Parts: sequence; structure tokens; C-alpha cells
Amino acid sequence: MEFLVASAIGVMTAGGLYLVLRLRTFPVIMGMSLLTYAVNVFLFASGRLTIGAPPILTDAERYTDPLPQALVLTAIVISFGMTAVVVMIALGAYLGADDDHVDDPAPAKDGSEGAS
Amino acid sequence: MNHWIIAPVVLPAMLAPFIVLAARYHIGIQRVFSVAGVLALITIAAGLTWQASDGTVTLYQLSDWAAPFGIVLVGDRLSTMMVLLTAVLALFVLLYAIGSEWDNRGRHFHALFQFQLMGIMGAFLTGDLFNLFVFFEVLLIASYGLMIHAGGHVRLRAGVQYVLYNLLGSTLFLFALGALYAQTGTLNMADLAQRVAMIDGAETVGIRIASVMLLLVFAVKAALVPLHFWLPSSYAEAPAPVAALFAIMTKVGAYAIIRVYTLIFGPDVAVTEGLHGLWLMPLALISLAIGMVGVLAARRLHRLVAFSVIGSMGMVMVSIALFTPAGIAAALYYIVHSTLAAGALFLITDLTRAGRSDLNLTAQPPVAGGPLTAAMFFAAAIAMAGLPPLSGFVGKLLILDAGFASGWVVWIWVVVLGSSLISVVGFSRAGSTLFWKSRSVVVPSDVADAEDSKSAENREATAKDDGSDVPSFLSYGAVSGLLVLLVLHTVLAGPIYRFTEATSAQLFAPSRYMSTVLETKGKLTRPKPEGYDKGHADDGHGAKDAGHGETKEEGH
Repeated sequence: MEFLVASAIGVMTAGGLYLVLRLRTFPVIMGMSLLTYAVNVFLFASGRLTIGAPPILTDAERYTDPLPQALVLTAIVISFGMTAVVVMIALGAYLGADDDHVDDPAPAKDGSEGAS
Repeated sequence: MNHWIIAPVVLPAMLAPFIVLAARYHIGIQRVFSVAGVLALITIAAGLTWQASDGTVTLYQLSDWAAPFGIVLVGDRLSTMMVLLTAVLALFVLLYAIGSEWDNRGRHFHALFQFQLMGIMGAFLTGDLFNLFVFFEVLLIASYGLMIHAGGHVRLRAGVQYVLYNLLGSTLFLFALGALYAQTGTLNMADLAQRVAMIDGAETVGIRIASVMLLLVFAVKAALVPLHFWLPSSYAEAPAPVAALFAIMTKVGAYAIIRVYTLIFGPDVAVTEGLHGLWLMPLALISLAIGMVGVLAARRLHRLVAFSVIGSMGMVMVSIALFTPAGIAAALYYIVHSTLAAGALFLITDLTRAGRSDLNLTAQPPVAGGPLTAAMFFAAAIAMAGLPPLSGFVGKLLILDAGFASGWVVWIWVVVLGSSLISVVGFSRAGSTLFWKSRSVVVPSDVADAEDSKSAENREATAKDDGSDVPSFLSYGAVSGLLVLLVLHTVLAGPIYRFTEATSAQLFAPSRYMSTVLETKGKLTRPKPEGYDKGHADDGHGAKDAGHGETKEEGH
């Protein structure tokens, strides 16, 4: 199971990083989402992988660490909100400039665009 | 328990929704509340700084949960000093935004401003790494809104870059936190410091990776050179008051580096020894050089200022990378200086824009109010470039002096002095082109110098992009306020440096911080009915002796 989870995190991170390095906003945002999935699973695994144990202290022998679960919840909420924000801003930029490149425009155009 | 320490977080957090909900359509009411809130923040921050100035470490346990389990806010000299700096900068930025009507060019400026303050204050005060992440997100999400305030597609595009870069940074932060938690089982800073010191020398891979990832995250925030690419565009395109407020955001990164790499991965921790110093110092020197070369190379004023921010962050990081008490003390002095100077410069950039069609470094006809703006630019540029008599010079001297003790002394002196020269050339070129050459420009209208007023009207009609002709009195007042603070920072260099020296001494002797955080009793760890203690003891937190006898009474 450790191998499965670890390779899943690895594949998602690699795919996410590849997409993030693309030029246009859509793949970049997809890549960000993949990366956040990867990091969520990673956070979850950081409390060690335990199956079938309660996340609270009881009289039972085994329990799973509850803190990473709380961390993951926070991280999910934040990344969800952030993704929504970046989609909105990217949409605005795309509709305004008619162009969804992430990088700066070529310097020749720069001078004319200086005053906004 | 003393509740004042959470006020810098709660006050803006309450004020912002109030501004959105109750004063949505009344810019006047928004302004009054926003300024009143910031004034109150300054008062509270000054009180906290005064309280911490004798070395007291104030602890605030949220919901009364004791340290490694609950989230704590900690106010020591460093935190409270940064909180005070933020509040003071925020006041002048806010006054400028009001004076220049920037706050009225889009919606919700004041609410976002308050949320941003809440995030920054929280990041400075928190004693928990995951909570630091949360406050980073709070300040970032508010900054996304501020960054694209007043719209425009150039700004939106810069905003997309800024948001994406910071999202990547946040993801990396989470990876680092996960790795850290997997290694130590805690995220409370003081607890981490204890645990990391106990890590076996044979199994250091995980903790070293976590430590470097954390450094990367903070270096992104501090715009250290290979990670600085988000800064020039976003700072240059952001509305001027926002850019000026962002001057404190890079310092959040510097603060986090100081905090984490003196407390948790301190210089005497064996497992991470020689790990970050190896990278931090060369990168800091390179950022300093690149920032100042960027000042010389920039063709537009706002880019120039953005690069000077990178350069001054490089200077701060050079001093931090020494990881000696003298180095940190000099860095703290320089942080205050660089925040004020960068804020002033961004605001002056906006003053310069008034009456000009763009910010290209080309000569354009003179405008009303030009001489005053020029004088302010002159003063702020002197401060930023580190020429005497202003505080940049004092700060640079302190850093050069602190550098003596390190093996990098030759490099530090060469790069700091060389980059100073370059930045002096860059700033004087920009200033003389913008303000002096304009005198020799032949006004392209029919009647040239004879009818000054008429041609001025013509120009204003043609170059009326930004809506404002002559900056208002309040705008000038805000900028000169920052400049006066810079002068005060110079005049009072002695007492301020003694304070930062005491601060760094406190950072390098963290036992009081740690004992205050970890030994103060909270809910459950105070004597309680039996049932609780049993469950509590086998929580996997072996290092914490929950029920031990001697009671250190709370440090507040």
C-alpha cells in the first residue's frame, strides 16, 4: 500500500509540475489542481498509513493520527478557494487581453502597455 | 490571560466584513473606519512592542489549549516589532490611497486592505507552522484582490502570474509541512525546536529535505533570486498603494526565515548544520547584484523600483545568511529601513505618473508639482541606494560590519559596495531623466514656454490617462510621512539598533520562548479530573511531560 500511495503522489506531482510549466492558463490551472491533489494525499500520508483504526483516542490499541486529517481539510478548503480565485482572474485576463498566455507579452509591446 | 496580543488579528478581521456589509456604498464611511482601524492597530502594536521590549514573551493560547495541541500566538520582540512596522506602513499607505482616490477606482479596497493586514499580523504573531501557512493564505488571497484592484488587462495578466506563482509556493509549503510532520509529529514551532534537536544523527534525510523545502517556500516569499520572477511584474503593475503595502510582504518571508532558522533549525542544530548557509549566502549576494543591475537596466520607473526591492531583499538576506547575532540585528534594522524606503518609492512612482502618459524613463514635459515630487524621489532614492545621510547608509554599514566575522567577508564587501554604486548610477539616471531633462524638452504644443498654463492644460488633456492631475495634499503628506520616518530611523539609529540587538539576542537564546510556549498550562494540562490525563499521556507526544510538578507561572 505504501508503494501505491507513494507512486500515486509521485505521478500526480510529476504530471502537475509538467502542466504548470505550460504556457497557457488552462493547463497551468489543471496542473495546479493535480499538485494540490498530490499534496493532499501526501499530507494525509504524513501521519503514517493506518487502516481501519479510529482517528480518536479510545481504549482500542491502534488509532490513526487525527491531525493530518484536520490539516488536509484545511488544505482542501484553501486550495479550492484559491483555484476558484485563479480561474476568475485568469478568465478576466483572457477576456481583457484576448489571449490566455501566462507569460509576459513581448517587450516591444511593453512600452505601449505601460500605463494602465 | 492577556488578550491584547490577538487584537492585531481580530480587529482587522472584524473590521473588514463590517466594511463590506455595512458601508459597502459609502466610500467616506469606509475610509473613516479603515483609518480608525489602522490607528487603533498602531496603538495596540506600540503597546505590545513596549510590553515585549524588556524581553517578556507573551503567550496567547487560543481556546485555552496548551501549546503543542492548540494553536498559540506568541509575542516576542521580533514579532511585535514587525507588527508595529506593518501597522505604521499601513497607515501611510492608506492615507495615500485615500488622497490619490485609488481606493475609489474599484470596489472593496478597504475591506481587502484590512484582510491583508489581518494575514500579515497573524503571520508575524503565530507560533505554529501550519497556522503560519493559513495566515500566508489569508494575506495572499487578500493580496490577489488588491493586486488586480481597478482592473485593466495588463494588471490582470500580472495578477495571474502572481497568483499562480504563489499557489505553487503554497503547495510547496504544504509539502514541506507534511514532510516536517512526518518526521517530528508536531508543527508547533517551539515543540519542533525541541524535537529536531533530538533527532538521531543517522536518520537526517527527511528532516534535511523538509528544512530545505521550507527554506525554498520562504525564499519565494522573500523573492530571493532564482525564485524572484513573480516580483517585478506584479509589483510594477499593482496599484501603487498596494505595491507599497506589498513592501512588507517580502519581509514576511524574511521574518519567517529568521524565525524558523534561528528557532527550529538554528545554527547549532547538528542535523541541518551547514545546510542552508551553503545556499543562502551566495543566493543572497546574487539577488543583491541582480536587483541593483535591474535598477540600472529598467526602462520604466515602476520596474526600477520593483528591482530595487529585490536588491534590498538581497541585502537583508545577506545579513540574515550570516546567522550571527550581529547579522540578524543588522538585518532587522535594514528590514525596517527597506520597508519604509520601498513603500515611499512606490508611492512616489505614482506621484510621478500624475500628468505623464506613462512611466517610461524618457524625458517628458514638466508637470505641476514636479519639483516637490522630484525632491521626494531624490530623498527616497538616497535612502534606497544607501547613501549618507539616510538610514540605508547606516544599515549597510551595520551589515558590512557584521560581515567581518564570516568567511564570506570579501564577497560581501565587494558585492554590497559594487551594487551600491550601480544602484546610485541607476537611480540618478532615472531621476535626472524624469525630472531634470523634462526642463529641456520642447513642449510639442504650438506655443511653447511663453504660455505655460495653456500648454499645461493641453498636456493634461492629452495625457489624462489616470484621471488625477496634480496629486492631492494628502498624497504628498503620506509620502513625506514615510520620508520623515526614514529620517527618524536614521536619527534614532542608536536606540533602534540597540532594540534590534536585543531582539537578535533573544532569538539566539530561545529557551525563554520555548519554556513560555511549552510549559504554560492550558485546558487539560491544568490539574483536572483523572479521566483526561490518562488519554492525554499516550498521545504520541512523548517529549511533553504533561503533568509535571513545578509550575512556571505564565509569562504574561
